[in-house]
Amino acid sequence: MTSTNSPKLDPLATADSQETLNSEIQDISTTYEQRVKADPKQEETQPRLNYPPYRSSLLRHPTKDLHHTDPETIELHSPAFGHRDVHQLESDLTIQHNGEPLGERIVIRGRVLDGNGRPVRNQLIEVWQANASGRYIHKRDQHPAPIDPNFSGVGRAITGDDGTYEFTTIKPAPYPWKNHHNAWRPAHVHFSLFGTDFTQRMITQMYFPGDPLFALDPIYQSITDQKARDRLVATYDHSITSHEWNTGYRWDIILTGSQQTWMEEEDHDHS
Amino acid sequence: MTTHDLTPTPGQTIGPFFGYFNAAEQVHLPFEDGDHLVPPADDRAIQLTGTVFDGEGTPIPDAMIEIWQADEHGDIPKQDGSLIRDPFAFTGWGRGTTDNVGTYRFTTVQPGATDEGKAPFIHIVVFARGLLNKLHTRAYIPETEGLENDATLSALGDRAETLIAKRDGKRLIFDIHLQGNNETVFFSYPGMDYPKP
Repeated sequence: MTSTNSPKLDPLATADSQETLNSEIQDISTTYEQRVKADPKQEETQPRLNYPPYRSSLLRHPTKDLHHTDPETIELHSPAFGHRDVHQLESDLTIQHNGEPLGERIVIRGRVLDGNGRPVRNQLIEVWQANASGRYIHKRDQHPAPIDPNFSGVGRAITGDDGTYEFTTIKPAPYPWKNHHNAWRPAHVHFSLFGTDFTQRMITQMYFPGDPLFALDPIYQSITDQKARDRLVATYDHSITSHEWNTGYRWDIILTGSQQTWMEEEDHDHS
Repeated sequence: MTTHDLTPTPGQTIGPFFGYFNAAEQVHLPFEDGDHLVPPADDRAIQLTGTVFDGEGTPIPDAMIEIWQADEHGDIPKQDGSLIRDPFAFTGWGRGTTDNVGTYRFTTVQPGATDEGKAPFIHIVVFARGLLNKLHTRAYIPETEGLENDATLSALGDRAETLIAKRDGKRLIFDIHLQGNNETVFFSYPGMDYPKP
């Protein structure tokens, strides 16, 4: 079983080399930078859905224009979550089993704000990640790195009144994938977020500062703008580090602006 | 505080590892009864189901679908408890994944109109491996008041058809085509950025 899962023998791995990928990524980046230099209004802040270096995006992106519209009533609201849904201890990923997980214990702390700077209060925030060896608990992740019986890699929290959240976890490791030959993802934690409007719903990935795999990774590079990519990278924060216990990272998340404020008053009458 | 920079944080793909694919141990995003907004035995229960396809018409077995909707009277739920469901409380939100053949299923109620004369719909958000950011769409309910003169649907011409679910008894069928001739209409809302090459 393990021999057929060896990366070298994997029939799903494409033949493309990292060098081929690097040159595709570089071409797109150069074209983008020239375009923005000529017209700063062309600046991009989100990933492209059509990003050929990420091979799986080729058949999974819409080719027709998205239809721009204003939100309807239901879209100006979001589902409600609270402590009925999530226990406080679910934000600590290191206490879910009988023993301590292996790896570097970290705390990730930050705030969730909307595009107008208002805190997103009492909303659900979810994370999932690989363990300290770069292995996910998932039947499709069979690469030869150990599962940690003391780490599932899943956490949930409800944001505070000021939009703050905090997770205690283990620093995940990079892991190999099959986009091209010898492809490795930079270490990351997946985040899932809700706002006050369902149109603000988002899923993203948080990265760690200075990862040498950034330049090689087509998922991170699908955000063509360096400033925008930087928004996914946490900051090491020694004030979150605690003595003989954990190192600390800070990462704030900005959702798109809520469109609902103007109707909050009449909302109270709607039932 | 970093409120000096209020540009929205970029999205990223959900990737392949969001669900354990083991009904006994749903350790990642999917959770028990996530796709049952009401119990199947509820008198009001309908099924919203469909298949998610890629640009070659191949079903996508690793997508996650969420729905958000009004209740049968058109009221917007304010009830918490979606993650640990009370079968008598309607929260309006559900999460499901596509199965090995790309099909998702929700048990829910048919939403009423939130505003008089407005066409009711179930809001859907799609995440998948290979899809670099979320996609929003709407499953409109067939044969309901307001469909005929809905401004959004009218503006879409022939493509509006991709947004109207098909009724089959207690089932509403709504396939999602991420790409291709039958590509589903996806929406962008104010403040969103979907850059194209």
